[in-house]
Amino acid sequence: MTKKNEGISVNLVSRQKLDEFSSDEKLKYILKEVQKGKVLVLEHGLTPIEQTVLIEHTMKEIKQDTFIGIEIEGYGEDKLSFIQKILGIIKKPRMTVIGPADLLKTVRKDSNMIQTRIIPGSGVK
Amino acid sequence: MGLFGKTSFASIIHRIFGKKHAKIGIYGPPNVGKTTLANRILRDWTGDIMGSVSEIPHETRVAKWKKDVKVENGNSSLFMDIVDTPGIATKVDYKEFMNTFGLSKDESKQRAKEATEGVIESIRWLEDIDGVLLVMDATQDPFTQVNVTILGNLEARKLPVLIAANKIDMEDSSPATLKSAFPQHPVIPISALTGYNSENLYTKMVNHFGKRRRKKRR
Repeated sequence: MTKKNEGISVNLVSRQKLDEFSSDEKLKYILKEVQKGKVLVLEHGLTPIEQTVLIEHTMKEIKQDTFIGIEIEGYGEDKLSFIQKILGIIKKPRMTVIGPADLLKTVRKDSNMIQTRIIPGSGVK
Repeated sequence: MGLFGKTSFASIIHRIFGKKHAKIGIYGPPNVGKTTLANRILRDWTGDIMGSVSEIPHETRVAKWKKDVKVENGNSSLFMDIVDTPGIATKVDYKEFMNTFGLSKDESKQRAKEATEGVIESIRWLEDIDGVLLVMDATQDPFTQVNVTILGNLEARKLPVLIAANKIDMEDSSPATLKSAFPQHPVIPISALTGYNSENLYTKMVNHFGKRRRKKRR
């Protein structure tokens, strides 16, 4: 976990970087970074199936005194038009923010904004 | 006996018109009333109960199920295996059990450990069920990531889902908010505690889960 006096990293991860990963690699990368105490904003979010697998992996990684899990908020997949469906365009999940649950708190979420708060020092002690 | 025996004719009818047996998972975040609802269903149709309930989150940490629960709706009926799953969460903090609910440190740590295992078990059960009764707390904001993730997952798997908007006996409940949040799914306001509107839920369960569908596996 990042020490308090080193500040908290908030990393914006590009769609290109995420697309380079396989689904498994992407989830491992996210969980590893979050376990280091980083907050990630993914330009291109996770599918619901990926999110479920991430939750499963997170549960396996929980260490009661150092890592209690993740906070994750994001927007669902883009709605496709009829033409896009015919053309076989795949639905893309949208922006997602993920961080350690002891650090990142969701304040409010609606269809236009996800409001979160990073609370330094609120982590597991 | 005719060309088709009685049983085989009945099975042909079911194959054409719908299912007669379905494995239904009761899903949702912790503390929304999943076990209370499971107990309600079992009490109404078998006279039994599923498990204990508590105000402390993660009371159900191991999935429990009851086989062949016959739920009737007029002339039609559906046999269901009801699976009461542990609550799905993205975090489990043992200190919450200590500080908010007064459990000892050892009890809290043990509960947290079992809760994480329970979440994994719930997710694994998704591979093996035919439909989901997704329980949401009608007094809470429905747009939680857990709700959205579970629903998205079920949609991706093409599993039929009914949303039970629970706790409508409470003053601050707003089942209308839930309905407007998830217009693509049937939402049934219910109080699992008092049984209010449970008849409507059973009707919807028989109709919705009894339909013949092709489900998608991962």
